Amino acid sequence: MRREIPLIITGVVGFTYIIQFFIPHWPFNIMEHMLTDWMLIIFAFAIWLGVLNLMKVSLDRISKRTKDWPYALVTILGFLFIVIAGFFFSGGRRFLDPGTPFDYIYQFIYTPLSATMFAMLAFYVASASYRAFRARTKEATLLLLAAFFVMLGRVPVGDAMTSFLPESVRLSKFADWIMNYPQTAGQRAIMIGIALGIVSTSLRLILGIERSHLGSD
Amino acid sequence: MFEKLLRIDRRIIFLFVLIALIVPLFLNISQHIAISPEVRDIYDSLRKLQPGSRVLLAFDYDPPSAPELQPMAVAVMKYCFKHNLKVIIMGLWPQGPLQANLAIESIKRDKEFKDNPPIYDKDYVNLGYMTGNELVIQGMGTDIQRTFPRDYLGNPTSSLSVMKGITNFSNIDFIFNLSAGYPGTVEWVLFAVDRFHAKLSAGNTAVQAPQVYPYVHSGQLSGLAGGLKGAAELEKLLGFYGKGTKFMLSQSFAHIVVIFFIIVGNVAYFATRGKKKK
Repeated sequence: MRREIPLIITGVVGFTYIIQFFIPHWPFNIMEHMLTDWMLIIFAFAIWLGVLNLMKVSLDRISKRTKDWPYALVTILGFLFIVIAGFFFSGGRRFLDPGTPFDYIYQFIYTPLSATMFAMLAFYVASASYRAFRARTKEATLLLLAAFFVMLGRVPVGDAMTSFLPESVRLSKFADWIMNYPQTAGQRAIMIGIALGIVSTSLRLILGIERSHLGSD
Repeated sequence: MFEKLLRIDRRIIFLFVLIALIVPLFLNISQHIAISPEVRDIYDSLRKLQPGSRVLLAFDYDPPSAPELQPMAVAVMKYCFKHNLKVIIMGLWPQGPLQANLAIESIKRDKEFKDNPPIYDKDYVNLGYMTGNELVIQGMGTDIQRTFPRDYLGNPTSSLSVMKGITNFSNIDFIFNLSAGYPGTVEWVLFAVDRFHAKLSAGNTAVQAPQVYPYVHSGQLSGLAGGLKGAAELEKLLGFYGKGTKFMLSQSFAHIVVIFFIIVGNVAYFATRGKKKK
């Protein structure tokens, strides 16, 4: 029964969602509302599960003094810092309001730290482009040229460099053409491939053919 | 010499990028920003809205993507407040509604809005963050007030004047999604547009925008602003110049530096390849 019950639940829920898409009337619409509510509740619990798991993993690392355990300590302290500030010192439900300690932490600690991490990408991208963007093959040359024209065409300097040309053939228009036709064609192919993969995997799950998510025993 | 160029220390490249990003912030060079048809579509959609129309702004991003998306959010919000469009804010990312609050605070400090600042529950409401990713959009398609029973301050959604008469997407005149990944524009297209026929435009990070282009061509998405360039275009069209336009110069210089290094790298590669063959 440990395998059969989850398979039945998966099948019933999956078929309910498929049917209600085509027949959004009683009783399928009611079932859809109910299942959506249940899933939202599960999502909310998943956040708690994630928090508890993060605490458990971090505490384990500290107690066992594994490699880089001080980072785990920083994680726990950072978590407690923002939770305590948010829950107890930020005006209850109005904790998101401007001027609260929570807002201060968000604006002046969290935002600069996360933005810095992301901004470092610009430097790594420049360095990686220098080392990896080489016209070694025909395909690599094509990629290189596309990147060259899009990078120039997506900034005003591209148009300034080609300002002597008619507006319809300036670099920004050429970059738009690359984005609109070759790029979109490639994206469509990828999206259709992914969609077909999702449909087949979903059907295998709903019909009980795919059972790997149930575990090995 | 070319051998040395191939082994150039990456810290030198970092230094060039740093200079290219910082120096333009102190320069005052005006740039011509060409408007793409995708961004013009957003502007056309906004222009068609009558005063009092309800605009849903979905903030699905966090601070790392703010330099690209926050200028779009500020420009669209300013347009909405100036033209008396009622703004409903929500987020599928926990940080989204906070970014919306930051945008509103910056608008309140703006000279143009200082005498007539946006007022909560008169000009806008913030429904906050809701967990559930695309299921939230699906729930909103049936009943928004059931999906968001309270706003971020804890007020019952049904008591908010901006939310009066709103049941689902059929009562929303326009949706603008600011997205940096999952859940984001793709999910809004799949659920709000395809299923419930909502009118949707989007502002995406430059990395995400290429994935969304097919939806623009198919007509599922009424306009797309991609990256900082999209933000600058939007600011130009809406008439509110801000950080999108200001930072374009830095982006221009940074792109030139990257392209310069790519060219140098290739020249050095071909020069040394010949020697290696000999």
